[in-house]
Amino acid sequence: MFAAAAIGLLVALGLCLVRIIKGPSVFDRVIAGNSVGTLSVLLLAVMGYVFGRPEFIDLAITYALLNVIGTVAVLKFFRYGDLGRDEEEVGQ
Amino acid sequence: MEFLINLVLLLFLAAVTFAVIGVRNLFAVVILGGAYSFLMATLLIAMDAVDVGMTEAAVGAGVSTVLLLSALHLTNTEEAAARHSNVLPLALSLLTGAALIYGTWGLPDYGMADTAVNTYVGQQYLERSIPETTVPNVVTSVLASYRGYDTLGETTVIFTAGIGVLMLLRGRRPRKDKETSTGGDAT
Repeated sequence: MFAAAAIGLLVALGLCLVRIIKGPSVFDRVIAGNSVGTLSVLLLAVMGYVFGRPEFIDLAITYALLNVIGTVAVLKFFRYGDLGRDEEEVGQ
Repeated sequence: MEFLINLVLLLFLAAVTFAVIGVRNLFAVVILGGAYSFLMATLLIAMDAVDVGMTEAAVGAGVSTVLLLSALHLTNTEEAAARHSNVLPLALSLLTGAALIYGTWGLPDYGMADTAVNTYVGQQYLERSIPETTVPNVVTSVLASYRGYDTLGETTVIFTAGIGVLMLLRGRRPRKDKETSTGGDAT
């Protein structure tokens, strides 16, 4: 069952990568990039059980924290910086 | 199953690499770089290199994304067309890749017990780490205890480099930008 979960997560990872590459707007790419981080966390947790080392869950939790930092940085630069060229400009 | 997961992750890494080359939107390239780091870190942890994997996730997906976005803030988000021919860089990359692949021919197989790495001091560390340092993770005990002075020097170098980068970034930031200054503690 863990193997099936791992395969499902790998398929989802592939779909997110496609969305990062194709995604027309910045937000598609931010969400897809964040999803890649989240799916890596889940894949790491599942891989711990597939390989017989459940202590991978601790590492997965640390990954989740790093993923939050990256996404907050992206969104902050998008809100205050000059990254929104292919969407309407951030007003004010 | 382990082989399948590693294979798919490596294929994803190759796909992301070619996408980084092909995509012209630099913002997408930054996001792809973060995704690459997460995939690479997952692969490294699957190969039991937990410390390298954590470093890859923290530096590659965390700090590098922030630094590249800061650089993107000062430039354009669309990549300019190349002014010179791409033939020479491509040839150089292929040559370097070929040299690296040639270098792997001399390496022992993955996980073999009778290699030079596993026959000299490694066994000593494994036997003496817990009685001498009481740290259950041998990598940590080697880094922080047996090679403590080395690690202290590395940390000093990284700390100095970080201070230098911060001073450079602060010096270059134009002060007339009203939005960033009123946007709270953005920097």
